[in-house]
Amino acid sequence: MAGKTLYDKLWDAHVVRTQDDGTCLLYIDRHLVHEVTSPQAFEGLRIAGRKVWRVEANLATPDHNVPTTKSESGARAKGITDPISRLQVETLDKNCDEFGITEFKMDDIRQGIVHVISPEQGATLPGMTLVCGDSHTSTHGALGALAHGIGTSEVEHVLATQCLIQRKSKNMLVSIDGAVGPGVTAKDIVLAIIGEIGTAGGTGYAIEFGGEGIRDLSIEGRMTVCNMAIEGGARAGMVAVDDKTIEYVKGRPYSPTREQWEAAVANWSELHTDDGAEFDHVVRIKGAGIQPQVTWGTSPEMVVAIDGRVPDPAQQSDAVKAEGMRAALAYMGLEANTPIKDIQIDKAFIGSCTNSRIEDLRAAADVAKGRKVADNVMLAMVVPGSGLVKAQAEKEGLDKIFIDAGFEWREPGCSMCLAMNADRLEPGERCASTSNRNFEGRQGQGGRTHLVSPAMAAAAAIAGHFVDVREI
Amino acid sequence: MEKFEKITGLVAPMDRSNVDTDAIIPKQFLKSIKRSGFGPNLFDEWRYLDHGEPGMDNSGRPVNPDFVLNLPRYKGASVLLARENFGCGSSREHAPWALLDYGFRVIIAPSYADIFFNNCFKNGIVPIVQPAQVVDELFQAVETNEGYQLTVDLAAQTITTPEGKSIAFEVEEFRKHCLLNGLDDIGLTLQHVDDIRAYETQRKQGAPWLF
Repeated sequence: MAGKTLYDKLWDAHVVRTQDDGTCLLYIDRHLVHEVTSPQAFEGLRIAGRKVWRVEANLATPDHNVPTTKSESGARAKGITDPISRLQVETLDKNCDEFGITEFKMDDIRQGIVHVISPEQGATLPGMTLVCGDSHTSTHGALGALAHGIGTSEVEHVLATQCLIQRKSKNMLVSIDGAVGPGVTAKDIVLAIIGEIGTAGGTGYAIEFGGEGIRDLSIEGRMTVCNMAIEGGARAGMVAVDDKTIEYVKGRPYSPTREQWEAAVANWSELHTDDGAEFDHVVRIKGAGIQPQVTWGTSPEMVVAIDGRVPDPAQQSDAVKAEGMRAALAYMGLEANTPIKDIQIDKAFIGSCTNSRIEDLRAAADVAKGRKVADNVMLAMVVPGSGLVKAQAEKEGLDKIFIDAGFEWREPGCSMCLAMNADRLEPGERCASTSNRNFEGRQGQGGRTHLVSPAMAAAAAIAGHFVDVREI
Repeated sequence: MEKFEKITGLVAPMDRSNVDTDAIIPKQFLKSIKRSGFGPNLFDEWRYLDHGEPGMDNSGRPVNPDFVLNLPRYKGASVLLARENFGCGSSREHAPWALLDYGFRVIIAPSYADIFFNNCFKNGIVPIVQPAQVVDELFQAVETNEGYQLTVDLAAQTITTPEGKSIAFEVEEFRKHCLLNGLDDIGLTLQHVDDIRAYETQRKQGAPWLF
């Protein structure tokens, strides 16, 4: 009999029942909750008179709407000036209190971006199924978990039943064969993957990321890769468990302890694809060929290497694609064939669930150390992923490095990744951003986003335009 | 959820691939704690010439006369014709809520992003997949014939054109059943409470650290 893939194993371990048409009831071990996609779900429970099935399986925090500045009193919760945003955060507080769900509120040091805090707390464990009303839930697959985003109706369904009605996806392997070169990061790897497979390349699949280029990454680097599986169309991305995974999980507040730890480790060490297991689709990319990446358009697949040029729609034979490229260039205010290094930026944003962990901040600080943000860059901001990441960075003196270089050092949250709070681009402003989406208007109406790694964003902020971080 | 059986409706064309959920309903409208009222802000950044914020009186805003849904001939459309990878990006269910609130009950496209596709079924919208060539032909037909309508019959799984041509479509049996009857997923799942409890008991033995 053929072996199983990692995805097969995770799926099979969570099937509660299978219907005749192949639809399954899948058990969910962990549910993460934030303020934007949950209010209607809690309201649904109240209207139907339903309870939360397993209260302790849920963990909540506000992240999308929270300000990244402190109010004069120092209390963050009082700092939301937009009354609609404030109501949404207060609604989360009220719902969590009413239903008994653990919430890291705004003034809790453990508050942060939901996809940063859960692994940090050990609330994401290998072998789990984990969902959240947020598409970047794929992040958690880095720990050998099956994790994906859901809509609000499904948030309500998980709250009420601890299950989801699902059909199994197909299996895809994306292998980075061989090591990547120095200065090439997890973000460059995943942008290169999306450039290769396209934004819909993973639709209908669960992607396992493997190969030497992935195995070499830290767990935080793997989170960056899995985070953007959704930008390649796959709801779930995952990486097999290895010693790094076990080491990462050990000793965290929600991790198992004592005799349960030994049993858990034995169980987790099975969480890899068996020899002989078959994937429905395999993509192989040579690690050595990946360069630092910069997106030029309005879809993450519109990406080139730093030494490249803005592509020319006239060279594109597919008429629909060429038209899409022209629209993207018009929105981005770019000419075809412009060298990427000639593109000047107005703002830089280092943060988001893709790149706001301590290693990301260290990489950016390495570049910023002893340098100054260029005069043409009006704002360069660093937004840590959680209160604990912020505290760790401050312990290491990273905050001082950033502040001395002219960066703003902010409070944790989603911030300018999607600009639901006060942090945003103005029309026409161009930003080097470590976030995950360069869609039209994503960082503010009319804003122009170029996705890059933390080191590349810091380097662009210093130079005032994109540069190859390996050459500075 | 509102039942879906059969509708005949005006078709509006959205001739762009990779239309993302940020475009369908921009982030500032996600601050609402309600499920309804998103229709006036569907495609807000393409539809209006000014910057929209929640709570604005949309009736007084300057509309973009070139945006397809603002053309008088597509007023009242309930079938949206779209291109590849429709609904990509964020998992926000506000996207199907906005489409529904505007009046769309059917989308026809060559492909959809997974989460959006799933969210449609939870809200009484039928996302129909058709080969790119069929979609192309429908775009041409809509362009040439003002007032072009399609009839979508979920039970029969057919789209019928004004000329009487019938186009078959696929839909998963369970989803079809839920849509036809307007069934609440949670109610259905709670019929299997014993199965869920049995799973939990067995799982607690094998992996107690998860509880």
